[in-house]
Amino acid sequence: MDNNMDNNSNNIIVLMVCPVSNYLEQEIEKSFKVFKLWHFEDKEQFINTHKDSIQAVVGSAAAGADAELIESLPKLEIVATCSVGLDKIDLARCKEKGIRVANTPDVLTDDVADLAIGLILAVLRRICESDRYVRSGEWKKGEFKMTTKFTGKSVGILGMGRIGTVIAKRAEAFDCIIGYNSRTEKPNLNYKYYPNLIDLASNCQILVVACSLTEETQHIVNRQVINALGPKGVLINIGRGLLVDEHELVSALLQGRLGGAGLDVFEHEPDVPEELIGLENVVLLPHVASATVETRKAMADLVVGNLQAHFGKKPLLTPVV
Amino acid sequence: MEAYHGHGKEKESQDLPRVLLFKPPPDFHLFGDECFSSNKFKFLKAWESPLPLDQFLKTHAQSVEAILSSGGAPVTAETLRLMPAVRLVMTTSAGLNHVDIAECRRRGITVANAGNVFSEDVADLAVGLLIDLLRNISASDRFVKQWLRPRQAAEGDCYSLGIGSKLGGKRVGIVGLGSIGSLVAKRLDAFGCSISYNSRTKKPSVSYPFYSNVCELAANCDILIICCGLTAETHHMINKQVLSALGKEGVVINIGRGPIIDEQELVRCLVQGEIKGAGLDVFENEPDVPKELLALDNVVLSPHCAVFTWETFKDRQKLVVENLEAFFSNKPLLTKIVDND
Repeated sequence: MDNNMDNNSNNIIVLMVCPVSNYLEQEIEKSFKVFKLWHFEDKEQFINTHKDSIQAVVGSAAAGADAELIESLPKLEIVATCSVGLDKIDLARCKEKGIRVANTPDVLTDDVADLAIGLILAVLRRICESDRYVRSGEWKKGEFKMTTKFTGKSVGILGMGRIGTVIAKRAEAFDCIIGYNSRTEKPNLNYKYYPNLIDLASNCQILVVACSLTEETQHIVNRQVINALGPKGVLINIGRGLLVDEHELVSALLQGRLGGAGLDVFEHEPDVPEELIGLENVVLLPHVASATVETRKAMADLVVGNLQAHFGKKPLLTPVV
Repeated sequence: MEAYHGHGKEKESQDLPRVLLFKPPPDFHLFGDECFSSNKFKFLKAWESPLPLDQFLKTHAQSVEAILSSGGAPVTAETLRLMPAVRLVMTTSAGLNHVDIAECRRRGITVANAGNVFSEDVADLAVGLLIDLLRNISASDRFVKQWLRPRQAAEGDCYSLGIGSKLGGKRVGIVGLGSIGSLVAKRLDAFGCSISYNSRTKKPSVSYPFYSNVCELAANCDILIICCGLTAETHHMINKQVLSALGKEGVVINIGRGPIIDEQELVRCLVQGEIKGAGLDVFENEPDVPKELLALDNVVLSPHCAVFTWETFKDRQKLVVENLEAFFSNKPLLTKIVDND
């Protein structure tokens, strides 16, 4: 790790707005003074007391820097998020105030894509359900049920960015037919582009939500899209909960208008709609798409690297703004 | 004719060649009785007769030329002795341990299996079990569903669940690079894994590194995937030595047959942390599963259902019917193991 900073570096104050990992905390503490917002019962009072000294904010997919926080920290120079998603950061306001923003792209792409495929297989082949079938002793009473083949199926990808592209490549190894919807068609891709998301959903059996959450994409997977995917269709969300109209998703699953779902993200994490708990055709994960030892370390290193680069007056490693 | 041939059958059907079925295939229950039907042959259903099997065969099956064995219904030397006209044994499985192949050879009987119709599904499940194991999918789904209470977000409990392990860059050792093993390799290649294998013989057209010894393979991989068949040689092939070579960070996936692994030894290694985890679709004494495994979060357990997809059952029905029709038309079979034409 590059510790090429001036002697005053340990006086730079970094505010972590949510817990991420012990490793990240330890690494930031090596070079900076850290305040952990979740340790303070009266957050408002804490901010009021320390607002003039906080120069950096570190967040994650769970929390970032909204307008209110940014406005309350006049000395804020950089927001570094331990995530690739930027939906918890008021980017416009950062731009306006000249505050730098850095995220953690690329290092998590493979893990997120792996989990997307893992969720597809878990739902189609009922892997979690069959594991329960064995553990509960049900297997002694009879054979497990029939499942659905994955190889050769049509997969639709919403968002053909870094993660969507890698998901497509993995699905190709299963001889899947790939289609996608994106803001713009990508040149040099051998997959069919659907300018309309409902058309994509009508023409695929598995829809993977892999786009970023912005004001435009909130609830982009709505009732019409879900109905188009249909009673044999499966929705996989490894993006952000708000991309999907969760209320509509729940009712579609309960009514059988959607065949199944694999969800790593939810509208109000850590809350999960209670109605989904009893559904065997749904696999629920507690937002773990980048949760491997290797990737979490790489993400944390990137956060620290960005902080050190900024305060060492060097170019950010992975700048957004 | 006998009552169990059914009333109201067309006269023509009485001239159709017959195929003996010992017990109803699971497909009948799932898809209906007509799923293997053809206008080129009809079934002689042994289970519909009140007679014990050997008497039934002596009385009604003397001119039957083909047997369809499903659900592992054994085809023994004794059975074949009672059916002197048999020229074809067709099985709905890929495995053949329930058929006396030697006796079939002696009698000049062709044996045909279901070929590679299952291979994709089995390979897909191997990958599914592996990702589940490394990324705690079943364990996390259990966690979310059992504990519907707000996560202790303040403690960042994503790592209290046991954080996962990256798949990309891991070394995968495939035991048995046949039809299933090759498909597993193709899939995991796309995930950035490096593939090597052990097989009875080295495959000249394959560029993956070959290890002639399964212990050496285990020593050089992080993930061992069992894709071979069960034979006298492969029984308990994955033993204490191999598991020890695989090591504390290693995981094993078995979609072959339970007895290929020394199950007692595997359980001991898992319980004592001598290997990191396992994904198992098969066990030594199905449907019994060692109770120690039921309490572990670092195993994924599957009730021998790697071929249980609607699509593959349909493909298999088509294959069985096509093979039987070819046989009765004296045309080449689509899948054959022992050719005695």
